[in-house]
Amino acid sequence: MAEDVLCPFCGCLCDDIKIEVEDDRIVGVKRACKLGSSKIRGHERTKAPMVRRDGELVETTYEEAYDRAAKILKEAKRPLLYGWCSTVCETHKKGILLAEEVGGVIDSTATVCHGPSIIGIEEKGLAGSTLGQIKNRADLIVFWGANPAEAHPRHSMRYSSNSSGMFTPEGRKGRKVIVVDVRETRTAKNADKFLLIRPGTDYEVISALRMIVAGKGDLIPEKVAGVAKSDLEEAAGMMKTARFGALLFGLGMTHSRGRYKNVDNALSLVADLNGFTKFVVMAMRGHYNVAGFGQVCAWETGFPMSVDFSRGAPYFNPGETAACDLLARRETDAMLVVAADPVSNFPRNTVEGMAEIPVIQIDPFPNPTTLLSDVVIPSAVCGVEAEGTAYRMDGLSLRMKKVVSSPYPTDEEIMQNILDRVRRLGDDN
Amino acid sequence: MVILLKAIMISGRTLGQGASCEAKMSPEFFKATSFCALSELDYNALGISEGGNVLVKTEFGEVVVSAKKDEGLPAGVIFIPMGPWANAVVGPDTGGCGTPQFKGVEVEVEKTKMAVMDVKELFSDLKRTGGEAS
Repeated sequence: MAEDVLCPFCGCLCDDIKIEVEDDRIVGVKRACKLGSSKIRGHERTKAPMVRRDGELVETTYEEAYDRAAKILKEAKRPLLYGWCSTVCETHKKGILLAEEVGGVIDSTATVCHGPSIIGIEEKGLAGSTLGQIKNRADLIVFWGANPAEAHPRHSMRYSSNSSGMFTPEGRKGRKVIVVDVRETRTAKNADKFLLIRPGTDYEVISALRMIVAGKGDLIPEKVAGVAKSDLEEAAGMMKTARFGALLFGLGMTHSRGRYKNVDNALSLVADLNGFTKFVVMAMRGHYNVAGFGQVCAWETGFPMSVDFSRGAPYFNPGETAACDLLARRETDAMLVVAADPVSNFPRNTVEGMAEIPVIQIDPFPNPTTLLSDVVIPSAVCGVEAEGTAYRMDGLSLRMKKVVSSPYPTDEEIMQNILDRVRRLGDDN
Repeated sequence: MVILLKAIMISGRTLGQGASCEAKMSPEFFKATSFCALSELDYNALGISEGGNVLVKTEFGEVVVSAKKDEGLPAGVIFIPMGPWANAVVGPDTGGCGTPQFKGVEVEVEKTKMAVMDVKELFSDLKRTGGEAS
């Protein structure tokens, strides 16, 4: 039995998982949610490295796959190195070195997730906290455009609305919960106050709340985005009178009209509330180490994502250098995908851009990106078969464990092999 | 006469999608993500029969998904779990910040007798044009 194992699924990075191991095989998973348990128990794997010949992916050796990957990246004029959310920081470090070596663009899945949150935070600043502070102190939790009941199933019990902490011994009974969403989610069913807003009106609703908090409620109309003024006044009152409030926001804010401006305004609401009480705000990060890529990329390059090395120095301008923009403009001419599945998660038109260029995939599992790849390199599952560092959604760094051994190399080893070959190709020129 | 519903589509994670998203070629993932949830009002207005499919269209593309009622959805809002079916109708524009608008997409929905494509069929028309090993 392996104890206190970290879960390699979502940004909660739960650190209390028990895994039963027999003969170096996982036979049981305890305490993990449905999402984490499913990943730890395992799925169909890509059996061996593959390269595309005559239109078909055929099995090959790791050596040939590394050579082929290095050649594609070295020959490309504008390679894109994308993904990184489901691997450890040690892989990120090598990936950034590789991007610099080939003069490419490195971008993470944050750009189709909480990227706008990062941009909003850069604009406004963040009244942040750890999940522990929220668990131990918060008497008001606001979930905005977030549905942790399905996306972060243990969040409420471990860290937020339903958890019990040092100064919050009553758990859910001692806290108030506000949910703001465009539909009545499972999370909304747990709310004391649910605000159903029209899609794409987050900015308006936040602005109305800021007006009420600032004592200028008489200036707002009787209804804002389908919400009655009295409901907004009640929610604003709950926020102002909380002893310690926490605004936890999800992709409802970043994927909707307004995107980073919604986040910017939400951070301003929290800044306003800190004139009356203690209030913190946090993005509900999706994959377990998407936050880690932002950390490593920021300390290595000065920027958290969408970093372009083609000018010889790091350059950051999402909207220009983000993965979806590069592909939509058909600007990139080769793509390395590590620990992500853009073919599933990018808009169809953007995916069509991938079909026109060589694609290299590094991933433990087959997925739609495999269908469009020319080189497929299977790897060990980080946090189950390989150790390394990951960052929880609140920025806490934790060590992922290796629980069972694997016949596959780690992402870090694969990156090092490709990097070595790219450098050797450079020497030959 | 075909009834056409103008609606706003949002996409996002569900428990079923999350539990099968590392096994995307599996029947579980197909089942968990190739559907569209509608409010009871919209579902009935479209005259969808039990187990029926709908065609969801935008200016960017169209996709056939199975239809389900969801009491949590207001009329005029539909939900498709995040994944290749939802993204078939999402546009590429990132609003200058790198992130496509995955939620709040203006769509048209109608019932259809067409079948839902599986993952491989969805991408079968994309021909590889580069990157062959020599």
